[in-house]
Amino acid sequence: MGSEDIWIIGSNMTKFGKHPERDVVDLASEASVAALHDAEMTMSDIGVIGVGNLMNAGAGIGQQLQKQIGQTGIPVFNVSNACATGATALRVAIMAVKAGETDVGMAVGVEKLAGAGLLGQKGPKPKSETWEPSGRFGAIGSTEGRIGTNIMPGVFAQIGMEYGHKYGGTSFELFAKISEKNHAHSTLNPLAAYQKRFTLDEIMNDVMIAYPNTRPMCSGNCDGAAAMIVVNDSKLKSLPASVRKRAVKISASVLTSDPWAEGCQVLPDVNTLTRNAATQAYEQAGIGPEDLDLVELHDCFATAELVHYDNLMLCEQGGAVDFFESGAPWRDGSKPVNVSGGLQSKGHPIAATGIANIHEIVTHLRGEAGDRQIVGAKVGLAHVIGLGSACGVHILEKAA
Amino acid sequence: MAESDVTGSMEQVPFVDYLVLGEEPYLRANECQNCQARFFDRRNACASCFGNEFTNVKVATIGEITSFTIVEMGPMPYVSAIVDCDGTPVRCTLTGVEASPEAVQLGMKVELTTYSMGEDSGGTEAIAFGFAPTK
Ligand SMILES: [Zn+2]
Repeated sequence: MGSEDIWIIGSNMTKFGKHPERDVVDLASEASVAALHDAEMTMSDIGVIGVGNLMNAGAGIGQQLQKQIGQTGIPVFNVSNACATGATALRVAIMAVKAGETDVGMAVGVEKLAGAGLLGQKGPKPKSETWEPSGRFGAIGSTEGRIGTNIMPGVFAQIGMEYGHKYGGTSFELFAKISEKNHAHSTLNPLAAYQKRFTLDEIMNDVMIAYPNTRPMCSGNCDGAAAMIVVNDSKLKSLPASVRKRAVKISASVLTSDPWAEGCQVLPDVNTLTRNAATQAYEQAGIGPEDLDLVELHDCFATAELVHYDNLMLCEQGGAVDFFESGAPWRDGSKPVNVSGGLQSKGHPIAATGIANIHEIVTHLRGEAGDRQIVGAKVGLAHVIGLGSACGVHILEKAA
Repeated sequence: MAESDVTGSMEQVPFVDYLVLGEEPYLRANECQNCQARFFDRRNACASCFGNEFTNVKVATIGEITSFTIVEMGPMPYVSAIVDCDGTPVRCTLTGVEASPEAVQLGMKVELTTYSMGEDSGGTEAIAFGFAPTK
């Protein structure tokens, strides 16, 4: 590993939700300017920018952002990596600083998705007069519904059900209870898109999307941005005490892709790459899951949260159901998970998600989380996964 | 596929190219000669061991449901399932079963079935596959 530690000195996220008055660049600008302000810096201090945006991946959002807040000619890396896009943008900034190319990097993730509908759902192909094979499988029509499902709620439902088949103990009610927890947590987070508490009955009787995930058990499409400023040790030492005392150490920053696994061609394996990322992150940080005071993990669906308890080794292998039933992941439990409300309530503006979950940890480690503060939090982990697949895990520590 | 039967000369086309039609339809995979990893599409090299020699193999037509979901967003709910066909996981839509959590169980035994999707303007019939509970 590089000799110097990397620190977060500026961090911000916009409120997630509907922002019809503002475009992608407006949202990115709001988070970036606020993160710079938080770091007591201006664009003149920044040496590199990593910018994540999925829906306009070819539009050069990084350059558009600079035109909006300060054009200095520095290198911009526009990245897209499914739901791990934000974490990827941050990895770019961290790698550049670690490599010694610059002392200060900025990472931004932004997305506008309100009203986008379900992602990954392709409309039916126009009906052709004759059957014509096309694509990698020579299919003569849309495979959606004909050969199972590829839409996100269905894929992640199957991922949760697969865990149940392997280890037992899962049920519709169990998955709904996970959602009940996150919605309860969200009531304390003013930046969440939805802050409504749901009863278990309300969750289970809501519209079924893909069994066992009902609507409140799915992450919401919404708009939002998050931004972060990172520096190396030597730069940190030169900064004012007001910045230094709020600095948060990045003890581990890991990005993985999915190694081959039997069956990954029919159901994405989100487990192996998450476990690999977690293993590497714990090693890098010299910290174990038992040391974590809080975790933000990628609960794009209630069924996904369950498997990641296990993948992040918050419980023993196969023990995710017992871990949840013990009350551990509630905010007053032994291992609070998704105290922000998670993606199910906070919302999931895709490219912003991977930075916003780190922002949540930063906020707690700084002791600035207000009503939802996990008291005395010193170490936290943020996890994000994008199908395809890419997984980002970051472990953060409060400055000693 | 082009074999004609006594009742007519209807041509058939499979819904996907890895569905092999005939007396006893089956799913075909490209199997890595080195490590036996199986793929339903073409690969330049094996994703598991990087070998580049593949053989066509028959995937077992009976298997066990290892995961499922019931997709309720479209006009008609349907069951998407992952079926372990003797070590080869297959994704499919279940047929011959009600799309309700009471009707489908993890671990349930199912078998490959085929059904007609109708004919195109040239009279070619498309055949799709699903898996249905074993009798
Ligand atoms: Zn191989």
